[in-house]
Amino acid sequence: MSDLYNVSAAPHVRSPIKTNSIMQDVIIALIPASLFGIFNFGLRALLVILVTVLSCVVTEYVYCKLMKIKSNPWDYSDVVTGLLLALNLPVGIPFWMAALGGVFAILIVKMLFGGLGQNFMNPALAARVFLFISFPGRMASFLVDKVSTPAVTDFLRDGALVLDGVSGATPLGQLKAGETVDLLKLFVGHIGGTIGETSALALLIGAAYLFYRKVINPIIPFSYILSFAVFALIFGGHGFDMNYLLGQILGGGLILGAFFMATDYVTCPITPKGQIIFGVFIGIMTGIFRIIGSGVEGVSFAIILGNLLVPIIDNLTRPKTFGKERVKDVK
Amino acid sequence: MARMTFMGGIHTYEGKELSKDKPTTVLLPKGDLVFPLSQHIGAPAKPLVAKGDPVLVGQMIAEAYGMISSNIISSVSGTVKAIERRLTAAGKMEESIVITNDNEYKKIEGYGQNRDYMNMSKANIRDAVKEAGIVGLGGAGFPTHVKLTPKDESKIDYVIVNGAECEPYLTSDYRLMMEEPEAIVEGLKIILRLFDKAKGIIGIEDNKPDAIERFRALTAVESNIEVQALKTKYPQGGERQLVYVTTGRKLNSKKLPADVGCIVNNVATVAAIYMAVAKSTPLTHRIVTISGDAVEEPQNFNVPFGISFTEILEAAGGFKVQPKKIVFGGPMMGKAMYTYEVPVTKTANSLLGFVKDEAAVEESPCILCGRCYFKCPLNLLPMKLQLMGLNNDEENFKKLDGMECCGCGCCSFVCPANRSLTQTIVQTKNKILAKKHELQELHKDHAANA
Repeated sequence: MSDLYNVSAAPHVRSPIKTNSIMQDVIIALIPASLFGIFNFGLRALLVILVTVLSCVVTEYVYCKLMKIKSNPWDYSDVVTGLLLALNLPVGIPFWMAALGGVFAILIVKMLFGGLGQNFMNPALAARVFLFISFPGRMASFLVDKVSTPAVTDFLRDGALVLDGVSGATPLGQLKAGETVDLLKLFVGHIGGTIGETSALALLIGAAYLFYRKVINPIIPFSYILSFAVFALIFGGHGFDMNYLLGQILGGGLILGAFFMATDYVTCPITPKGQIIFGVFIGIMTGIFRIIGSGVEGVSFAIILGNLLVPIIDNLTRPKTFGKERVKDVK
Repeated sequence: MARMTFMGGIHTYEGKELSKDKPTTVLLPKGDLVFPLSQHIGAPAKPLVAKGDPVLVGQMIAEAYGMISSNIISSVSGTVKAIERRLTAAGKMEESIVITNDNEYKKIEGYGQNRDYMNMSKANIRDAVKEAGIVGLGGAGFPTHVKLTPKDESKIDYVIVNGAECEPYLTSDYRLMMEEPEAIVEGLKIILRLFDKAKGIIGIEDNKPDAIERFRALTAVESNIEVQALKTKYPQGGERQLVYVTTGRKLNSKKLPADVGCIVNNVATVAAIYMAVAKSTPLTHRIVTISGDAVEEPQNFNVPFGISFTEILEAAGGFKVQPKKIVFGGPMMGKAMYTYEVPVTKTANSLLGFVKDEAAVEESPCILCGRCYFKCPLNLLPMKLQLMGLNNDEENFKKLDGMECCGCGCCSFVCPANRSLTQTIVQTKNKILAKKHELQELHKDHAANA
């Protein structure tokens, strides 16, 4: 039998870039930010990362087993979701809460809607917002300094964990209160915030890697950040104040969101034109949440709202076929 | 001037170095020769010989039947052994004329006679092309005399010679361009004589700098022939892409190049026109690439039509490793076959043997990365078209211009989830076309009955 030739329709060659290699690239790109998070917040950050990744992977595996779906454990998409979720969580979060976030991301947002490629919003962000709404106190308490790693027994009674770190206002909180921020500290990332969002430098290194590997294109991040900056310039009430503007851009989850969350293939528009609309929309929404709204952060909400608009944007920005006129009204 | 390029397109492993530098070997047939009656687009030719008839080299053995069809010419002398159904490289059984070779190569009268082609009338040139049984040798096989007879010949502004050869592994056009560039230039001059105000363009991908240089030198004195270096990118040699890149004019699936004032011919076709018009030599041979990582000595062969690929493969040393897949044509658009015991036809430009079948991979879910859209030279949305195809949603498939797909294969090539995009889209398109055809036939029947 093995002497028979394979017969299939053309083309007969395939590019070596596969789904799992793309996911691996994203994981590699997130390593600098993760390492910085661990450096900044201590070993507990690593444990949070492990908990969310594990909970995502296990949830997907169990779901596929129970539903008798052939799972593809090597596509690493669940690892990416878990990692992104951890980077979006404060380091002091109880482990069970982090694990719950992972289950929510994979089970509710991803698998129940059909699995990889079918989720209508970014699973990691949806889980973050879910946790944020369910446990607002825990999710909003950020630490600036290292947390001493608790002993093994403390893991189990997590809620009683004693945090040694100094909790303090995040840069965005400071800006909202009208204070100025240290931009260099912001850029390097020795500030309060979630595990992965603090270091713009580490995130940009990762983003540069993704650009180099052509995993993402710069349209969404740049239209997002630019439109947000313009919004902050006009409505921020500080005029052209570099400290305020850069503080807004570098201080919160904007860099992480713009380069790693908004560019999620599944939940962003396909055409460049649609991607610009999407970027501008979430830029303006982030501005509204941060500057006009009562909260200090709005990246997650903005991106999730943007995700919901993607089907409409895709329909409005249907590409024009080569040599033909534009087509309309496709359901 | 910055070179213009088309949107999308891909860069693959070219594989041309395997066979490009070896000179073409002329190969004589050993066994019987098989001439399928349908080796072009259009109606099958009608046989002019019967079993037992003697034939000569250059003798017409089957005649064009209907408007779009082509003559078939014997490449050897001998006797007709049978007219029967034989397997072709397209995987179909086709009615074929089988000729036993007498190895004498007796030619018909007037074969190879020089003609004063620069003073021939347009009608005579077209007749000579039709007589010679020339069809597009790039792979499509559209009868050339039909192409050279557009509705309004005064509207033709450009005669484009396609020397892009963008399919990986294939080097038959390159070898022809290196070995017989004069025939191509003279052939182009003959076509230009048919269209008074047309300008000639020879388009060659810039991965063949030596060929570009050679043609530039040969056409330096010709004021109305331009050699254009094209960016090396698949599918540069696709008709719509080539016309756009060389002239800036856009085609769609419903338009012929002639509708935008262009005539496009492959280099091998142009050389065949020269041989037919200037040398009274009908189309009986072509250059075939035998390549791929499973082949012992990849190279090009100049072979007569009708010869079996088995003989050519033997001449190339056979397979050094048992291939997993054999492909007729290029790896992007060619056909995989279960045997190579098939004859060389006008459109058969290669046989490739691959140790590994890269396409034998499992599909995984679409992650909407958009690579297929960015690489689609026609700016389609393959991921959506595939879903519509799988769901039998023909209405939306048509609305999203699925019928425009040229089947180049770029989307399937780049898909990281290994989805069968091109495969499903082409299949859906063919299904819709077949239905439309059936419907038309039905209407005809009704009209006839009424």
